[in-house]
Amino acid sequence: MTFALLLIGLMMLGSAAWAMLGRNLIHSALLLIASWAGVAGFYLWAGAEFVAFAQVLVYVGAVSMVVLFAVLLTRQNQISATLIEPASRARAATGILTAACVGAIFGAAILSTGFHGAASAGPVSSVKRIGLELMHRNGAALLIVGVILTVALLGATVLAASDSKNSPEDLP
Amino acid sequence: MSPAPDSFLERAPLELRDWAVNLLPAPTQWLAHQLITIVAILAVFGLFFAFTTIAERKLLARLQNRLGPNRTGVPKFSILPWHLKHTLFGLSQPFADAVKAITKEDIVPAAADKVLHYLAPVTVVAFSLMGFAVLPFGRQYIPVELDAALLYFFAAGAATELAIFMAGWSSRNKYSLLAAMRALAQLISYELPLILSVVPIVLVTGTLSTKAIVVDQGFWTFSLLPHWFVFTPWGFAGFIIFLVSALAESNRSPFDLPEAESELIAGHLTEYSGFKYALFFMAEYFGLTALSGLGVTLFLGGWQAPCEFLQFIPSYLWFMMKLIGMIVFFIWVRGTLLRLRIDQLTRLSWQFLVPMALLNLGNAAFWVLSAHWAGPLQLVRWAVSLAIIVVPFVVMGRSLTAGYAPRTYRYAP
Repeated sequence: MTFALLLIGLMMLGSAAWAMLGRNLIHSALLLIASWAGVAGFYLWAGAEFVAFAQVLVYVGAVSMVVLFAVLLTRQNQISATLIEPASRARAATGILTAACVGAIFGAAILSTGFHGAASAGPVSSVKRIGLELMHRNGAALLIVGVILTVALLGATVLAASDSKNSPEDLP
Repeated sequence: MSPAPDSFLERAPLELRDWAVNLLPAPTQWLAHQLITIVAILAVFGLFFAFTTIAERKLLARLQNRLGPNRTGVPKFSILPWHLKHTLFGLSQPFADAVKAITKEDIVPAAADKVLHYLAPVTVVAFSLMGFAVLPFGRQYIPVELDAALLYFFAAGAATELAIFMAGWSSRNKYSLLAAMRALAQLISYELPLILSVVPIVLVTGTLSTKAIVVDQGFWTFSLLPHWFVFTPWGFAGFIIFLVSALAESNRSPFDLPEAESELIAGHLTEYSGFKYALFFMAEYFGLTALSGLGVTLFLGGWQAPCEFLQFIPSYLWFMMKLIGMIVFFIWVRGTLLRLRIDQLTRLSWQFLVPMALLNLGNAAFWVLSAHWAGPLQLVRWAVSLAIIVVPFVVMGRSLTAGYAPRTYRYAP
């Protein structure tokens, strides 16, 4: 069991690291998808089937498409131009500062959340129970998440839509 | 009546498997158990794929008033002192095709991304096979029994899109890439109505398990009329939406734009040859078979017999008969309908199928809420449910085709 976990972790982190270090954007995107699949594998390992399948359906099926389309449709220049420009000291400092802030917020959030102590026997989780739990107790949260995703989608459409008057393709 | 669940024929394959498993030492038995299941699925559906191709070619030929492949016979083995002259009606054609595909040269473009170019057909076949794991082929024949089986099925199918993108991009060919993007647009457009057409079933049965869904359909009125979901208003509408989306999801005619062999240059398959090309088609047929199997499971009663007294026929045979019926229907559609244009294709999905599927979801909700209605109210229930689906169908059909149909042809004088 531990060996399987190690293997899954290696796949997850390895492909994520490779995706960050790679210079080819498409390769990075595909490796990122492999990393998401690794997360699904981890959920399966932990016995959360429903979450694992949802992870595959949402991330490998849907978000991957968004990422790939974004990479292909927004790239204005050739591959050579997409190389990241050399990092400056200010840029590095900003990056570290942002990472520290995000880390502090997440850490505070995680530490301040009171987790229920793990029951000695694992709870019998069925899809039906998960669904009822989501729709009854956490219905409001689900709705809010839906609204936020819709807003994000609309925002992305607005950002991606180019000003049609400036596009040389649309000139008569 | 009905000793069916334990009849000899019903149990025979299971008995055979248990007998084979018990021959092995105890520690390896679980492995053998799983391996036998996997090999059985691969063998049955591999052969099914082979004979689907020959059936398709023969049926299409009949529809087009041709003969189709009818010459392939038994090859002449040098060991045999005589030559079997019989041509077997060309039934060994798929094996000849397989030999041809394997022995053909495999050409990889010099500029291609070699790894992804190789991975794409492998991924697509692997993931298209995974769907079979949760289909209940018979009363006791379900390879993996999952609580969230439906979710698993659609999750397994999600990687096909990825494979098509990989194939298009790694070929380093503009036509491949553009065609792959177009294919993705089609697949994403039709994924939505496909899943939405299945949700009413989940709503009514209250489960995601394919096994429980089939059991829910195992009732008969007067022991003659089956209670399959296709025979309810919402089930019928859902089935039609499912059929159309399944055709589009598996790139079948009339939605075979991604390949469009007679107009485009086979889309994302342009730079593929030999066995890899064959693998893509294999995956397409596996995907079609798996989706048909899902359609049979969800709407056509799965392995349930159509009449109660017909239960003496083993359940897995009923499943296969229904599956073959679906496949033949798809072949018939291919021989009958013309290919759509890309704008017609996306219009059909977004303007018609998705709203209809959403309405159908509401219809199923009504069906659940009115479950306790009895007596004459039962008639009202059917009428209302039918109206919920027929009225929008007529109204939307009229308004969407306004100005398009009926088409008037004007000939040059």
